[in-house]
Amino acid sequence: MVPIPYYLLLAAALFCMGMFGVMVRRNALVVFMCVELMLNAANLTFLAFARMHGDVIGHVSAFFVIAVAASEAAIGLAIVIAVFRSRGSVLVEDLRTMKH
Amino acid sequence: MNIELILFGAFALLTLLSAGTVIFARSPINSAMALVSTFFFLAGLYVLLWAHTVAILQVMVYAGAIMVLFLFVIMLLNLGESPTRGKPTLARLVGGAATVGLLVVLGIVLLKLPGGAPPTMSAATQASFGTMATLGQTIFTQWLLPFEAVSLLLLVAMVGAVVVAKSRI
Repeated sequence: MVPIPYYLLLAAALFCMGMFGVMVRRNALVVFMCVELMLNAANLTFLAFARMHGDVIGHVSAFFVIAVAASEAAIGLAIVIAVFRSRGSVLVEDLRTMKH
Repeated sequence: MNIELILFGAFALLTLLSAGTVIFARSPINSAMALVSTFFFLAGLYVLLWAHTVAILQVMVYAGAIMVLFLFVIMLLNLGESPTRGKPTLARLVGGAATVGLLVVLGIVLLKLPGGAPPTMSAATQASFGTMATLGQTIFTQWLLPFEAVSLLLLVAMVGAVVVAKSRI
C-alpha cells in the first residue's frame, strides 16, 4: 500500500513543473502543454483523495477536469492558429498588444 | 518493499522525467511526445489508485484525442526548433523562482500530513470502487446536470474553435 501523501507530493511536484514551464517557456504551444501537466496534477490529487475516502466523487471530478481540458485545448489551439495567421509567430513575447 | 510501492516509485520517476522533457525539450514535437508518455505513466498511477475508468479515459481522451490535436497544430504551423529559453528577463526569473518557492512550501505542508497506508475499504466497496458501473451510476443520479453542462461546454468549444480558427466565415 502506498501512503496517500506520496501521491500528493508527486502531484505537487508535477503542478510546479507545469507552472515552471508556463512561466519560463516562450512557445505558446509548449505553454499549453504545461497547462495540461497542471490539470493532470489536479486530477492526481482528486484521485488520491478519492482513494483515501473511498468515495467516487473524486473520480467524477477528474472526469469533468478531463472534459474541461479537452475544450480548453480546442479553444487554445484555435487561438494559436489565429494568432499565427495574423502575426506569423507563436512566441508569447511577440503578443504585446491586443490589436493587429 | 512490496510490489505496489515499487510500481509507484517507477511510475512516479518516469512521470517526473517525461514532464521534465516536456519543459526542456527543444522542439515542440519532442515536447508533445514526452507529454504522451507522461499521460501513459499517469494512467499507470491512476490504476494504482484503483481508478481504472479514469485511467482508460486518460489514455483515450488525453493521450489519444488531445495529443492528436496538439500534433496536428504543431505540424500545421510547421515550426522549427526554438531556443528553450530566450533572454532571462526579470519576469521570467521571478516566475521561475516563485515556482520553486511554491514547490518548497507545498512539500513542507504535505510532509506534515499524517502518513501511513490508505484506510482499507469494506469488501463491497472494494469490489465496485472505480468501476465504470459505479462511476456511471454516480454521474447519472447525483451529477446529471453538471454532466449535461459539460456536454454543452464541449459543443460550445467545438463551434468556437471553428469560428476562431477559420479565416473568413
